[in-house]
Amino acid sequence: MTRVIGGVGAFVIMHVFILRRLLGLCFVFLGVSVLTFAIAQLVPVDPAASALGGQAREGQIQAYRQQLGLDRPVWEQYGRYMLRLAQGDLGNSIRTRRPVTSDLRDFFPATLELSLSALLVSVCLGVPLGIAAALKRSQWGDVLARMAALIGGSMPIFYVGALGLNFFYRHLRWIPGGGRLDVTLNPPRAITGLFTVDALLTGNWPVFNNAVWHLILPALTLGYFSTAVLLRITRSSVLEAMQQDYVRTAKAKGLPHRLVVLRHIFKNALPPILTTLGITFGSLLSGAVLTETIFNWPGLGRYVTTSVLNLDLPAVMGVTLLIAFVYPALNTLVDIAYTFVDPRMRSQ
Amino acid sequence: MPFALLSRRLRKDPAMLVGFALLILFFLLAIFATQLSPFDPIAQNPVDSLKSPNTTYLFGADKLGRDILSRMLHGARISVFVGLAVVAVAGSFGTLLGLLAGYRGGWADEALMRITDIFFAFPGLILAMAIAGALGPSLQNALIAVAVVTWPVYARLVRGQTLALRNREFVLAAQSLGVSEWRILLQHILPNALAPLLVQASFDMGTTILSVAGLSFIGFGAQPPTPEWGAMISDGRKYDLITYWWLTAIPGAAILLYVAAFNIVGDGLRDILDPRLRR
Repeated sequence: MTRVIGGVGAFVIMHVFILRRLLGLCFVFLGVSVLTFAIAQLVPVDPAASALGGQAREGQIQAYRQQLGLDRPVWEQYGRYMLRLAQGDLGNSIRTRRPVTSDLRDFFPATLELSLSALLVSVCLGVPLGIAAALKRSQWGDVLARMAALIGGSMPIFYVGALGLNFFYRHLRWIPGGGRLDVTLNPPRAITGLFTVDALLTGNWPVFNNAVWHLILPALTLGYFSTAVLLRITRSSVLEAMQQDYVRTAKAKGLPHRLVVLRHIFKNALPPILTTLGITFGSLLSGAVLTETIFNWPGLGRYVTTSVLNLDLPAVMGVTLLIAFVYPALNTLVDIAYTFVDPRMRSQ
Repeated sequence: MPFALLSRRLRKDPAMLVGFALLILFFLLAIFATQLSPFDPIAQNPVDSLKSPNTTYLFGADKLGRDILSRMLHGARISVFVGLAVVAVAGSFGTLLGLLAGYRGGWADEALMRITDIFFAFPGLILAMAIAGALGPSLQNALIAVAVVTWPVYARLVRGQTLALRNREFVLAAQSLGVSEWRILLQHILPNALAPLLVQASFDMGTTILSVAGLSFIGFGAQPPTPEWGAMISDGRKYDLITYWWLTAIPGAAILLYVAAFNIVGDGLRDILDPRLRR
């Protein structure tokens, strides 16, 4: 038997819950740093030699190894690494010769803009289609929605993206090519780093228009996969809510169908959809690696791919750390938001 | 799983029948790839460069004049192997840890949960890419990378099942008879936890193939001249995808069909094994 607690009790339970989640998050961050550091240790290449290039003499490499602390025991290297990390220093990228933090600051907004747009695509398509599929269960619309979800979940994103770019750009000329903006245009003044938002804020309409056109196909490509996931979850969650007694009661008391769907079915079907949204964001970040490669999108995905291919360890560690911080933090936020959306979470 | 139930379900569910048939077809093509291939998949014929599908080359030829059909058939072998290998390795490792953690509880359980939390903090492909990159680009390393990313799912799943089963009568009976811990885990708990494991494995086969193909596409997986489907798409992307459609559309369609077949079978298995989720 559950009991909903109000007042001070609920306040304390909520705070204990949030505190526990935040403590867990700290542990995850620590583990993530150990794992990232361990992966870097796997690389069979001497970071000092690769940083100095092929022309360096043995003596120079040794001196640089000492300077970087690579001659120290692994645990000491990790300690130094964490100390630098605590000061916000991720080291310098071997390839771009710039601090990794500056690189991340430049590339992250592009990935964020792409991922958020893709999320928008999947929410706008997946949730309404999922609800429609559940309400029209076993009719042709439902079958079509399930087929779309199946194909979306099985399609290799890199083929779809490449095909779309080829067809709509090279053949039809409907959309501009890769990148975030046409080369003839200057990026808007950086406020958020998201070109569409910044152009909107500064009233720069030509740039806004161009940025949106550049964004459409990458966002659709990236968003299609998560649309499929969201559609499935929404459908099954709405179906479950539809079978509850309170829905039957609402129908029995003669409430209009629209209100039953919105107030009683959708509201109760929302928590699993929210959780999926948090998880979806992670798959969007994974998908961004492939999408950015295809669309020449200057974001973290393309940065990390080039960095891994060039064994640029500080850059790779920087990106994996950033993403492994953002992703669980986001999921924790979703979990906390969940307690606000669903009062049953405050029950004992 | 009772086979009578499976065959009854297959007769009732045409989608699952199609999924199963597709999987069997892919397995057969992979097994008999050498016998069915009209050409050597890596033999180059520059005079037949970029030939469109015709009677000699049913699926056309690539830039180096290699027969796409033969490359697809040998690629099927790689894809079938990739799914099975990763799911077998990651599944067994995760299952073993999950069984132990769930059964023993205490610090072992707590430690496993926290370790899986760390792995779940990384979006799969990004962690796999970092590992594959660190180990060096090759198909084998891509498999290792994807397996490292996949095992925590099984550990969590089996741990949950074990927790639910460890206080059931048949386990307590085995304990009171003095049956060893390993025997309880493998002979009593595991068979009862198998249903969700099978469903997860079926979905993961598809996901794994997509991940390895994705890794190969960006250069971290199979290296030339290996006829891997993702690498074939990456290679074919250098040419116009509409004019030279056979270079990419054929491997793209093969990946789609193969992964969809696993997803359909996974859906069907879930309906059979967990009727509460049937909708």
